[in-house]
Amino acid sequence: MSTLLEVKNLATQFNTEGGVVKAVDGISYHLDEQEIIGLVGESGCGKSVSQLSVMQLISSPGRIVGGEIIFEGQNLLQFEANGPEMRSIRGAKIAMIFQEPMTSLNPVLTIGRQLTETLELHLGMSQEASRERAIELLRLVGIPSAEERLEDYPHHFSGGMRQRVMIAMGLSCNPKILIADEPTTALDVTTQAQLLEMMKDMVEQFRASLVIVTHNLGVVARYAQRIYIMYAGRIVEAGTTKDIFAKPLHPYTIGLLKCIPRLDEEEGRKLVPIDGLPPNLINMPSTCAFVPRCAYKSERCLQEPWPPLRHMGNQHYVGCFSND
Amino acid sequence: MNRPLDDHILDIRDLKMYFPVYRGLLRKKVADVKAVDGVTFKLMKGETLGLVGESGCGKTTVGRCILRLYQPTDGQIFFEGEDILHIAEQTVREIRRKIALIFQDPYSSLDPRQSAGSIVGEPLKIHQVVNSQSEYTDRVEELFRLVGLDPSMKDRFPHEFSGGQRQRIGVARALACEPSLIICDEPVSALDVSIQAQVINLLGELQEGLKGLSYLFIAHDLSVVRHISDRVAVMYLGRVVEITDSQTLYKNPLHPYTRALLSAVPIADPFIEETRERIILKGEVPSPLNPPPGCSFHPRCFQAIGECSKAIPPLRHIGEGHEVACIRV
Repeated sequence: MSTLLEVKNLATQFNTEGGVVKAVDGISYHLDEQEIIGLVGESGCGKSVSQLSVMQLISSPGRIVGGEIIFEGQNLLQFEANGPEMRSIRGAKIAMIFQEPMTSLNPVLTIGRQLTETLELHLGMSQEASRERAIELLRLVGIPSAEERLEDYPHHFSGGMRQRVMIAMGLSCNPKILIADEPTTALDVTTQAQLLEMMKDMVEQFRASLVIVTHNLGVVARYAQRIYIMYAGRIVEAGTTKDIFAKPLHPYTIGLLKCIPRLDEEEGRKLVPIDGLPPNLINMPSTCAFVPRCAYKSERCLQEPWPPLRHMGNQHYVGCFSND
Repeated sequence: MNRPLDDHILDIRDLKMYFPVYRGLLRKKVADVKAVDGVTFKLMKGETLGLVGESGCGKTTVGRCILRLYQPTDGQIFFEGEDILHIAEQTVREIRRKIALIFQDPYSSLDPRQSAGSIVGEPLKIHQVVNSQSEYTDRVEELFRLVGLDPSMKDRFPHEFSGGQRQRIGVARALACEPSLIICDEPVSALDVSIQAQVINLLGELQEGLKGLSYLFIAHDLSVVRHISDRVAVMYLGRVVEITDSQTLYKNPLHPYTRALLSAVPIADPFIEETRERIILKGEVPSPLNPPPGCSFHPRCFQAIGECSKAIPPLRHIGEGHEVACIRV
């Protein structure tokens, strides 16, 4: 499969009163056609900001300070965030679904209007055609009596239903890439399963690629083909899902797998928490950010700048000195 | 009426909590939201019982009824052998000394203008369990150490602590009056994964250290509940549909809802996920205002037959400590 999106050394910073927050600190990743990848990390690791950067939805005091985002042979960062080029890509070729279905839908517009707006704007459809398409999309994502529900407002829908609408909106212009930022975190367990399964089917049907941004290792184990693990604004490990889970190499990844309770665990399994806290991203040192919490640290980690990702065979990359 | 056994700290029988719905100018009662509709379970001394279910299934309401924050519509709750639903108002405070609560959100459950030390020490004052200022200070510092916080931090305010540390403050506050039962209402769901484990382990260590401490662990995350609980009760629309030990819950779940709930939780292992059975339920949880007739799960159930809509299936004894409310089992 050919590469659809390639991000190189992307860096996004926020200038705050306390100092510069390097929310995304030089990450590189790629996404192939019709691929599902997972971007995993805890809150504040920069996973959402990296995706908002791809969409160029970073607002002041945030700023994309470096890197390239190559999509269909063009570097998206050469375009103005509000310019016509980005506007024709954002929502059309690259679409995003957010965590909070309540706040990401406009409460004063009907569901129908919110769906048809994108269609009319991006695809130049007529009112009737966009209405037909909106009904079709709502049916696809499993909303019963779609025709009547077009006139409803977001508050008429349950959380799960709203997220279905969001998915329908995301898919409305046949995007090449769908970015789902914690798409099911706010929802109930069985609804989560329904939606993730539906989203996977939809992405297959639309021949799109999917980026799942999540803190849930189970979700990526179930759906993603490849995974990127993020910590403190950097990608610390990358590889196929099976490689990452079968032989995790970065101490943070190893720590994550040891500290989560598993549904299938045997009686008496002890969780091994990762000591300490994620670092404050203001004025970060240039050494590896995980050092203070790391069980495998050496002198070298405290002296040298954080190690770049190194190829460990197959598609497995890790940024850690302990694997030398 | 048979009295509960001594080794049961909590014995709940046919608990019902209906919230009336009023409509119209005259505020006429039009219906009841049956948040809890006939829940029965027992909790042993030193045991952890997990209460799982999706939002609106009534798990939090059960916890609040035990604390007498709600006056249940019907049923009985025996705590340490005493029927706590029919006791005098003054004694309720006594019960709340012995039953503590840990909340979900460590950000909104701590008063931002109160120092950490005074948050932890407040129950000591309210219940007058200390006699002098020095005893108070000693106890607060002891509680800080017990939950792994440095006592020198007791003059700081909640915003100076991280989420995990805040939850430790919440745990210390719950432990202040040496309760025999702690109701943990989603205590780790607001925390990051690497911090969750710290709090889960802390709760486990406290139970080992303080003999006889029992937990009622209310959560929606089945893997967390299984990890920490000895037994698990699965709730759906105000009723317990299955109750068993946490090993059997994973290895031999019998109620179709339990099976669907388990299969909805992805396991962090792509090799297991490849071959796992996936039961994707149709529709959503119905409103407790107007639950379906018979077994309230039958409209979404993949094993439902005509009989299922006729009568509410009672919990039946299936095996050692294993009870299921389903006629198809």
